[in-house]
Amino acid sequence: MKVMAAYNIKGGVGKTAAAVNLAYLAAADGFRVLLWDLDPQAAASFLFRVRPRVKGGGKALIAGKRPVDDAIKATDFENLDLLPADFTYRNLDLHLDSERKSATRLRSLLVPLRREYDLVVLDCPPSISLLSENVLHAADLLLVPLIPTTLSVRTLDQLTEFIEGFDHKQPMILAFMSMVDRRKRLHREIAEGLPAQRADVAATAIPAMSAIERMSLQRAPVTASAPRGQAALHYRNLWQEARDRAGLRLRSPQGRART
Amino acid sequence: MLNAAWEFVLHPADDARTAADYLGQVADQRFSIAAAGPSRTMRRTWLDTFDWRLYRAGLNLEHASGRGISELVLTARDGEIVASAAPTPAPRWPALLDQLPVGPLREHLGGIIGVRALLPVVRATSVRTQRRALNADAKTIAMLSVDQTTITQPRRAATRGRITVSALRGYQTQASKLADALAKAPGVAPAERSAFETAVRAAGLGPGDYTSKVDVRLTAQMPAGLAVAMVLTRLFDTAEANVPATTRDVDTEFLHDLRIAVRRTRSVLKLAGSVLPAGMSARYRPEFKWLGDLTTPTRDLDVYLLGYPDMARKLVSATELDLSPFHDHLMRQRDASQRQLARGLRSARYRRLASRWRHDLEQVSASPGRRPSAGKFAASRIARAHQRVLDGGRAIDAASPPQALHDLRKSCKELRYVLEVFASLHDPAEQWRAVNELKALQDCLGEFQDTEVQRAELRAFATQMMADRSAPAETLLAMGEIAAALAVRQRSARSEFAGRFSEFASARGQAKITALTWTAA
Repeated sequence: MKVMAAYNIKGGVGKTAAAVNLAYLAAADGFRVLLWDLDPQAAASFLFRVRPRVKGGGKALIAGKRPVDDAIKATDFENLDLLPADFTYRNLDLHLDSERKSATRLRSLLVPLRREYDLVVLDCPPSISLLSENVLHAADLLLVPLIPTTLSVRTLDQLTEFIEGFDHKQPMILAFMSMVDRRKRLHREIAEGLPAQRADVAATAIPAMSAIERMSLQRAPVTASAPRGQAALHYRNLWQEARDRAGLRLRSPQGRART
Repeated sequence: MLNAAWEFVLHPADDARTAADYLGQVADQRFSIAAAGPSRTMRRTWLDTFDWRLYRAGLNLEHASGRGISELVLTARDGEIVASAAPTPAPRWPALLDQLPVGPLREHLGGIIGVRALLPVVRATSVRTQRRALNADAKTIAMLSVDQTTITQPRRAATRGRITVSALRGYQTQASKLADALAKAPGVAPAERSAFETAVRAAGLGPGDYTSKVDVRLTAQMPAGLAVAMVLTRLFDTAEANVPATTRDVDTEFLHDLRIAVRRTRSVLKLAGSVLPAGMSARYRPEFKWLGDLTTPTRDLDVYLLGYPDMARKLVSATELDLSPFHDHLMRQRDASQRQLARGLRSARYRRLASRWRHDLEQVSASPGRRPSAGKFAASRIARAHQRVLDGGRAIDAASPPQALHDLRKSCKELRYVLEVFASLHDPAEQWRAVNELKALQDCLGEFQDTEVQRAELRAFATQMMADRSAPAETLLAMGEIAAALAVRQRSARSEFAGRFSEFASARGQAKITALTWTAA
């Protein structure tokens, strides 16, 4: 089982859009996928029409009083399940802090899911906190959406430096240009230049597109509602890069995706 | 992922089109039913082992295939999915466990079916229409499948239309409410039987209708001749039921059950042949000996091959790789003996035996004679077989040759068979206690004798392999290691024997057997 996390300190940069679309594309490829909506704003849960409610809240989940398994809901898409958000997730930092080995608690919670899923996608809230640290320890691959600005690049450097300080397992980073506005010169320059300069930046950029914004009206990933559209094409390219980087192999002759 | 399921049948006169109307009726503020997708034709095969191991474990296994679909789903009797797989290409049935894709389904099945093959029990064609049941947020909470199923094998039969409500994971409560609403719709009734049981009955089969046990109902008062004829007929039914798949070599247990039925027949002829018409026992004993001997080489090789992985794993000095030429040799030998076995079972001699035997048993059943009664006869035969075991065991001491233990084992088997064939005359609890007492002694003698035979066979295999130059030195060394391990096991069984027998021959042990001679009389 591999873990991918859509993460950035900043909000509104396209984390949820990337998480839901990549999770959907992975499931469509035959991987058994769980998307965990860790953001109390519950955008991913909303997009899949799942009520943002977890019995016992985040506290019971983190303390292990309720198995993660019990809170999982099937989405309308084959192979894709969702662990919904809950408003109590706003206090996850506090709950994590009261646990032993608080920085790796999230990783421990995912262990029992190994037999059931090939891929877990974490949709993270924008912050730098104990929860973020948990996400960084749990993930094999960090998907970092970047708005093409100089400050965003600086944020990526800070994140890389922080991870390099980890003692043991370090997640790989795959940053990608997000919400690229081709009409802006700076966007064009950074979106074209940065992938050529840095190995941790994906060749695929996700443009700012109204089709992606309309996902909240359709309440479905754009890759499912408009699979032949431009937005879906960009996400498919990004998924291919993420899949290769994470070492996920496509369907075997036995009909199952392999990790 | 789909979870709990509720199943309904439609009124016999209704078809899938009216099913759509039923679904329309259950829609209310809490639920709506999405428009039907296109209908698909599915080929459905329900599978089980010949001795219904899955059915007896409360499970159903179905392989559904259609355009681009191949699903193998194991469900509990309440419809809940236990495990599933999507084997591509679709397996060819019958299939052994190692022909299924690796994964949770295979793991789950392994503990239940063991070495038995999965056979197609019923084949059918279903026209399936699926619809989504949505909640107020337009989120799918359950899938509704409407199936119109026609059984195609073993005989053609139509079944009533069926609706299955399968809850999506995390939506069991809402789906249960939807199922409650559907149960109230006119023309719809909760299904009393699973799709599997419905299909099996429509095909004219009885689920669980095969057992290798001698399940005849005898009474103490009936003439012994009739009781013996009923037992022998039942044993031959079992033997014949296993012949076709033994000939086709479907799995090793067909031969095993055939062989046990033949052995039991031989024991009954030996111990109870006197109540049959004059000369009948003497006429058939050589024929059943021939049939038994025909099955021996293949079964002996099966025992070797079934125990091979364990044998190879336990090697200390040699490696599994060293032993592989021995495995190849066993496989070649088995192929040859299986061909010979199949020829024997297709021969005129076997066909003649089968038809004459059935004819003669029918004659006995029609006019069995009056005396003695089955109860008295069974009691005397059990007492005689019991005494033979006691005499044989008491004559064995530390200096006795292996043959003495082998003879005692045969006497024990005869006692066991006579207990089993007359089981319906006994109180089940007393029967269980007696068989258990005997079984402990049989296990010890079986271990002694099997290891003796296997060591002798191992020497013969080594000689053959040397002669045909298929045995490298390291293989012979590995076989030597196995022979040494067998010798250790045999010594251990030999040292256990005295204790086991004195327990069996004690007053308490004897009372367990003699209790049956009273109840049978």
